[in-house]
Amino acid sequence: MDVIADIAVQGVQMLLVFLLAPLLTGFIRKVKARLQRRRGPSLLQPYRDLIRLLRKEVVLADNASWLFRAVPYVTFAAIWVAAALVPTFATGLLFNWTADLIVIVALLGTARFFLALAGMDIGTSFGGIGSSREVMIAALAEPAMLMIVFCVALVAGSTHLSTVANYIASTAVGLRVSLGLAMIALVIVALAENARIPVDNPSTHLELTMVHEAMILEYSGRHLALIEYGAQLKLLLYVSLIVCLFYPWGIGVFGAGPVAYLAGAALYLFKITIAGFLLAMFETATAKMRVFRVPQFLGAALMLGLLGTLLLFVSKGL
Amino acid sequence: MPSLIDLNLEGLQVARHRPWPRTVVDSAVWSFAARMLSERQWQLLSLWGEPASVHMALFDPRSGEVGIVSLDCPHGSFPSVAAKHLPALRLERTITDLFGLKPDGAIDDRPWLDHGQWGVHTPLGAKTDASSPSPAYRFLPVEGDGTHQVAVGPVHAGIIEPGHFRFTVSGETVVRLEQRLGYVHKGIDGLIAGADLARAAQLAGRVSGDSTVAYALAFARAVETAAEIAVPARAVWLRALCAELERLANHLGDIGAICNDAAFAIMLAQFGVLRESVLRAADAAFGHRLMRDVVTPGGVARDLDDAGTAAIRKALAVVRSKLPELIELYDSTASLQDRTVATGTLKPALAEQYAAGGFVGRASGRGFDARRTLAYAPYDELRFDIPVLTEGDVDARIWIRIREVEQSLSLVDQILDRLPRGDIFIAPTLPAEVCEGLALVEGFRGDILVWLRLQGGVVERCHLRDPSWFQWPLLEAVIEGNIIADFPLCNKSFNCSYSGVDL
Repeated sequence: MDVIADIAVQGVQMLLVFLLAPLLTGFIRKVKARLQRRRGPSLLQPYRDLIRLLRKEVVLADNASWLFRAVPYVTFAAIWVAAALVPTFATGLLFNWTADLIVIVALLGTARFFLALAGMDIGTSFGGIGSSREVMIAALAEPAMLMIVFCVALVAGSTHLSTVANYIASTAVGLRVSLGLAMIALVIVALAENARIPVDNPSTHLELTMVHEAMILEYSGRHLALIEYGAQLKLLLYVSLIVCLFYPWGIGVFGAGPVAYLAGAALYLFKITIAGFLLAMFETATAKMRVFRVPQFLGAALMLGLLGTLLLFVSKGL
Repeated sequence: MPSLIDLNLEGLQVARHRPWPRTVVDSAVWSFAARMLSERQWQLLSLWGEPASVHMALFDPRSGEVGIVSLDCPHGSFPSVAAKHLPALRLERTITDLFGLKPDGAIDDRPWLDHGQWGVHTPLGAKTDASSPSPAYRFLPVEGDGTHQVAVGPVHAGIIEPGHFRFTVSGETVVRLEQRLGYVHKGIDGLIAGADLARAAQLAGRVSGDSTVAYALAFARAVETAAEIAVPARAVWLRALCAELERLANHLGDIGAICNDAAFAIMLAQFGVLRESVLRAADAAFGHRLMRDVVTPGGVARDLDDAGTAAIRKALAVVRSKLPELIELYDSTASLQDRTVATGTLKPALAEQYAAGGFVGRASGRGFDARRTLAYAPYDELRFDIPVLTEGDVDARIWIRIREVEQSLSLVDQILDRLPRGDIFIAPTLPAEVCEGLALVEGFRGDILVWLRLQGGVVERCHLRDPSWFQWPLLEAVIEGNIIADFPLCNKSFNCSYSGVDL
């Protein structure tokens, strides 16, 4: 029975993130538009865009290799699996016992590695610019991310997200300075990893300023749909991760039954709505930074993660 | 040091050229003028051709005089000006492309406007057949370790005009930028030659869509000076009203658009609202949002009624109430200031050499403004300041725009308060004999120059020079040493016209 329940919960979780990801993007766009006194597109527009792209034919450059065609599937699969590992409405997911936070970082790293390769595959200058910038950002974001993982793992005693969420949600953890530092660091990493302002501008049409968009400039049709979908999943993944690590209260503890799961799902939706709103507010109030300021920005995340980890060695109470 | 007036004694002064003299000189005096340009004594206002002659409009900044020297080219060549004075380069290449006149001692023999797509070469000159494909355009070579090229355009990811930018970068730093323009060549020079007045005025108003009032005004003033037509006072004031509304709308749009290129979209949205309110007021007052074809030779096509006045005053009140907050937002957003301050710095010496007009020149210490320097009516009776800064960066160009918006608001108020009554149009009667006129009008980008020759009731030849002729090359200089990701910001802060230079 347990196995079947495990599979069911895991399946619902995978489906939930799959269906919810475009909605979060649509919601953020809507809030940003309202903050700029625009009406903005419908909340469902990202779904329509994806369907439209799936129906369109794929235009490939003559010198595109097999890699270029395979990458959209690889990245999408990797990100979707990673997203399936982050507890949303309930802990104790089946996959959780085989994969932990470090695997999530590795999966996202794999996706990015292949996308960067695909950016350079065609040989256009924009793809190269995009890939080099993306890798520069990644090289700075990943150490910060690992520091955050260490910090959280030291507090919770595990890198398994279900364990961490259960621990923080159920015991009297109290106010921990190191967790606060880790959270700020994770928000910074999330902004950089998801190509949001101030690191990148997801809605720009200026080729020369793009990072993520420049890499995928040559993609079209279903390939582009998969990459866009992957990006939306990744955004949901990071928001879920922040929620799961630092605000897990109300999450359905494994085996608590359907009512607790439903309550957990409602609370989860509420939490990511708040997170999406805050992101939109932040993006409206900030300009994009110069490319060479990004190392300082991400360096701050690394230092915060490091500080959080070190504090735990100084005092168990911090 | 000789002044421009002395030059008139060196040649044959052309009759009925108004308001400043035009002198036909020999090649020695022509070369002397080019040398005076290179020694920064005079400034180049324009350089243009005819099938068998070339003309050069000069400005003497010390005495504030304007003069034109002309050189007949019976052998199809003239001494190169660009060899001595670089700002003339693109104008000179255009003369070669359109008329086939060759500059002697030219430093650059590549075509400029002619992309080999017309089917003919030198369409306004000898019209030679061009069925064989022209050789590929040679970009200037760049050498160095680790540099690579980034080609941008002419088709861009956004909906903007076409232009090709060839960057040579070392990592993210731009080593050199070379522009290639001319993709929207419309052949206005050819269309306007031989056109009647109404048609020519229409064409002039369509050179650059966002400056349609300024172009129409410059054209009308050139016609009126040439034919000595006295325009009714009310029309003169209404024209200034249109020109200031156009300046307001464009500056407001620009400020928002520059901030948007730093991904600060809220400024674009807010300034978009302000721009829209000005455009709607223009629509209510003059029947067209951009006021196209309102200014015509002889006056204006549409009078301003009380409802129009009220609409303009209401729009101004909206702009006045919102502007201070938005300026405060710009000034206090550190992340935005970090992008604009010290980005894309134009050195004052370069602005002076290129005689850069508008916000590009005034943000780099060049205080030239045709409304003040060559004070034409009704600006000689109006109170306004010419803001000048010396920093020359993106931030300075935004501040010049903000200050000019404030000045334009005050100007519109003054014009509405003092608008004289009376006729708005006098049917222009052109004299039988040949006459020529020159006019300089301050558009929102800078001084627009129109020179024309009227003959037998039609416009025999008309030359329209956009301020962007001298601003585009400066953009190439400004971006050097900046990072390539900052180019859109620099570019938007210049906001040069593609259409205006491609003609």
